[in-house]
Amino acid sequence: MSFEVLWRYAPALLSGFGVTILCWSAGAVIGIVVGFAISLIYRLNFAPLRWLLRVYVEIIRGTPFLVQLFLLYSGGPFIGLRLEATTAGILGLGIYSSAYFAEVFRAGFSAVPRGQIEAAQCIGMNPFDILWRISLPVMLVATLPAIVNLLIILSKETVILSIITVPELMYQMQTMAAETFTAFDAIFAMAIFYWLLVEAVSRLGYRLERRVTAYMAPATGAS
Amino acid sequence: MSAPMIELRGVSKRFGALEVLRDIDLRVEKSEVVCLIGPSGSGKSTLLRCVNFLESYDAGDIRIEGRLIGYEDRPGPRRLMGGRELRELRCEIGMVFQHFNLWPHMSALRNVAEPLRRVRRLPAAEASERAMQGLARVGLAEKAAAYPGHLSGGQQQRVAIARALAMQPRLMLFDEPTSALDPELVGEVLEVMRGLASDGMTMLIVTHEMGFAAKVADRIAFLDAGRIVEQGPPRQVFHESAEPRVRQFLQTYHDRNSF
Repeated sequence: MSFEVLWRYAPALLSGFGVTILCWSAGAVIGIVVGFAISLIYRLNFAPLRWLLRVYVEIIRGTPFLVQLFLLYSGGPFIGLRLEATTAGILGLGIYSSAYFAEVFRAGFSAVPRGQIEAAQCIGMNPFDILWRISLPVMLVATLPAIVNLLIILSKETVILSIITVPELMYQMQTMAAETFTAFDAIFAMAIFYWLLVEAVSRLGYRLERRVTAYMAPATGAS
Repeated sequence: MSAPMIELRGVSKRFGALEVLRDIDLRVEKSEVVCLIGPSGSGKSTLLRCVNFLESYDAGDIRIEGRLIGYEDRPGPRRLMGGRELRELRCEIGMVFQHFNLWPHMSALRNVAEPLRRVRRLPAAEASERAMQGLARVGLAEKAAAYPGHLSGGQQQRVAIARALAMQPRLMLFDEPTSALDPELVGEVLEVMRGLASDGMTMLIVTHEMGFAAKVADRIAFLDAGRIVEQGPPRQVFHESAEPRVRQFLQTYHDRNSF
């Protein structure tokens, strides 16, 4: 392991790490927003739109991320969509994860106990307040572990962006490895980087989960 | 003579081939307490849930102080009532469920205050103040900050009653309010309900607590297979009924409770 090489490439690696974090977080935000919107539209009683989104979700989930990314980045110009690599990467991650987030949110909404909704309905709350004040918080608590899980998976999917030349961590590592013939060191350092990142995210998620579920700890409902 | 608080006329409902309610007629006057009893599956809960239109009904009229609930009140083919209008009617009708249905992510106080803020549009401070009074009324002022998951079943049900009462409803519906409780917790909930009855609240109660029904109800309606087969003062239904299904039901009840 040559620390001297790692040291020399530190600025590039750090900037790569920054790009990784940027792509990951921006992609996740897009995925969460779009996925949440999809899960809301699912709940509307409008079959054609629901069917259309169903197809979208199935296509995204049914094809490899790499293929989607190539289609977006290399296929985009054919329909006049010329994107910079990083923009394409962020957009790609957003689209890819939106399908999974949509499914998580959809399942979460249907896990909100019917009686809690009925209690709000029969007291005269309007549909928006019921969604915002009752369904959403209960759904978010129920889906938090799945959301954290998706975020972790997504953080590692960012390495694929190196293939379309997004200058993220993997890309910088490969450059270093190629220029200095230190393939093993590079891979090893990579593993450590991602592991630390995932560890941080999962710890944060775990703490958040404990906080939001603390008050719900003993099961509610029938004795 | 003003319209009765609740009036059902010829109400019927079916789930596919199953007729759950058949030609139900029932009146509940202001300040009256009416208990619905009968074997499970007889349609008691469905009937109750039709009164605030949590369930739709297929035929007949249900009127709350003269206003038809659930459908537009005009001749011709039935059309669902608008959402806003339905909500206006519903917020005058308190409901208490078998499984409490408190919102688990809100403290007891928030559970009671939230509808006051969102439906009655009270400012936060005033809503909290009224919620606190409501909790005090059911003897739970000291549990205001507790989340439902940390309360006993009986306490949860009392919070649920406080939540419904804080809206100052014109009538209250109870759907087996003590059926999910441990026997030793039943009393505290019935006590609150007894107090409500003596304050003159109009109440329609689905219950298996025959002792409570006999003591508190002005009238008992016995349902079997979607029909009201007997209706009258408790004494008449419990002791003088000639209806074999009522006698058989009460016999089973007595047998189970004697030891």
